[in-house]
Amino acid sequence: MTTPQPDLITMQFMGKNYQVPSGLTIMAAIEYAGYKLVRGSGCRAGFCGACPTIYHKGESHKLYTALACQTLVEDQMCLVQVPFVPVARKRYVMDALQPTPNIILQYYPEIAGCVACNTCTRACPQGIQVMDYIQAALRGDIQRTAELSFDCISCGICSSRCPSDIKHYPVGQLARRIYGKYILPRSQHLADRVSELAAGAYQDEMTTLMHLSLEDLKVRYEQRVFEPVVGQNDEHNAVRQWGSPVDPVDFQDDPQAILSTGA
Amino acid sequence: MHIDYYPGCTIKTSARQYETSALAVLHALDVQSREMEQWNCCGVVHSLATDNLIRHVAPIRVLTRLQQQGGTELVTLCDMCYNTLAQANLLVQRQPDKGEAINGFIADDQTYGGQVDVLHLLQILRDRIGFQAIKRRVICPLKGLTVFPYYGCKLLRPRAVGIDDAETPSILRDLMQALGATVVDDPIQTCCCGSYHVVNRDAIVAGQVTKIAARAQLQGADIIVLSCPLCHFNLDTHQPRPTDGGQRLPVLYYTQLIGLAFGLPWETLGLDAHHIDPFPLLQHQHSVPLEGERV
Repeated sequence: MTTPQPDLITMQFMGKNYQVPSGLTIMAAIEYAGYKLVRGSGCRAGFCGACPTIYHKGESHKLYTALACQTLVEDQMCLVQVPFVPVARKRYVMDALQPTPNIILQYYPEIAGCVACNTCTRACPQGIQVMDYIQAALRGDIQRTAELSFDCISCGICSSRCPSDIKHYPVGQLARRIYGKYILPRSQHLADRVSELAAGAYQDEMTTLMHLSLEDLKVRYEQRVFEPVVGQNDEHNAVRQWGSPVDPVDFQDDPQAILSTGA
Repeated sequence: MHIDYYPGCTIKTSARQYETSALAVLHALDVQSREMEQWNCCGVVHSLATDNLIRHVAPIRVLTRLQQQGGTELVTLCDMCYNTLAQANLLVQRQPDKGEAINGFIADDQTYGGQVDVLHLLQILRDRIGFQAIKRRVICPLKGLTVFPYYGCKLLRPRAVGIDDAETPSILRDLMQALGATVVDDPIQTCCCGSYHVVNRDAIVAGQVTKIAARAQLQGADIIVLSCPLCHFNLDTHQPRPTDGGQRLPVLYYTQLIGLAFGLPWETLGLDAHHIDPFPLLQHQHSVPLEGERV
């Protein structure tokens, strides 16, 4: 009996053609082709923004952008990894800033050059309305800038495509910092909790842990108990997936485990 | 009556008193106003380069989005925004090939062919509500106040988008007379204030503003009234003290003066947001606190 094999597709990477199985992410396909990613790869879970990819497909004239760890490879993809988008960032001292309407414009005056072409929004692998948050920054709406840019992972693809040379993600970052420091209301329960911790609420437990041997620590870790959570039966629940092949953190790459789950 | 309005970036930063006073006045006139959702900068100035269509993407995107939100009319407050949006709209209507290129670039679900009407708030007040109706609503007439209307460029030129006669406009004069004010005119009302030269060549702006204020003083004006936030910024910040030792002229938006005549509270009109303090002059208005009463 033979194991069913996935279809092979053709991917062009760094100017060379490779036959890779369909159903892999771009990152997995690059590794399948024999490359070892020492840059352009990080968390492998769509959070760190280290694996921007630029590609085109078949006959289309369009240039697409994606995160290599979050996008499936397709037939006739011609792609390259962009491990890092160099972006000029300004130095500022948060305590010295004031949340005035034109504060972002003072540090990043180039946002006034936005022509509303929306190229940044189209390029964003996170589906963020990038142009709209730049526009909000332009009119001093720090809250809207912070909210719209909240899911930004700073991959920098937007800035690599902008015809006005706007550096988007530092703008969102500055807005979120100002919003968090000056505009969001303070939460009393957080302040209470922090002062509790500062007063040494868990000091004894920490001291105990600090004196444990590595072996004892490992045992403690393996025996840790999760709090019951809402959505326990949700297929994507992190607790439910703990230790399973789809858990990106804890799962050890064991071929037998993959075969036995049929993945 | 209901209007969709487009504020523009300046209204949200350095000209907030224009928005708050306009909304207060519209409310007093029973007009429902809704700020259009998800708007972007209008593009600031209408590009005259025939082959640089990217400069028209911003205004056309605003109009496309309004259409998607079910709007058919967009009311602007700022003269610059009005001019840029109206001229881009005209471009799409008159030159469909360019409209097609812009639509192709925007690549949205909906194509835009110039269906939205772009209006200035002054047009709504004159043509929909009517100055007679505004006059009937006045409870504190601006008696004894001599007003100098200043129009600048963007409200009147080019003729295809101008809301009044480009040479002898009367819309602000008629409005101010409806409020009970005395109005003085001068040909300099339609001269340029120096515009964006304020960014890096403000000597030009200072020169223009000095001439404009001197003409207004000569005509006996107490106050300058206008509708453009850029003209306002230039006249408010670059006006020199008169050489005869008199006072500089406060520069107010027409919506602030309507609000005063309607007896609306001065706080909602943003009268304290000006470089040249208008309070000493406006003491005789019922809704304005006397010297020392203001906190």
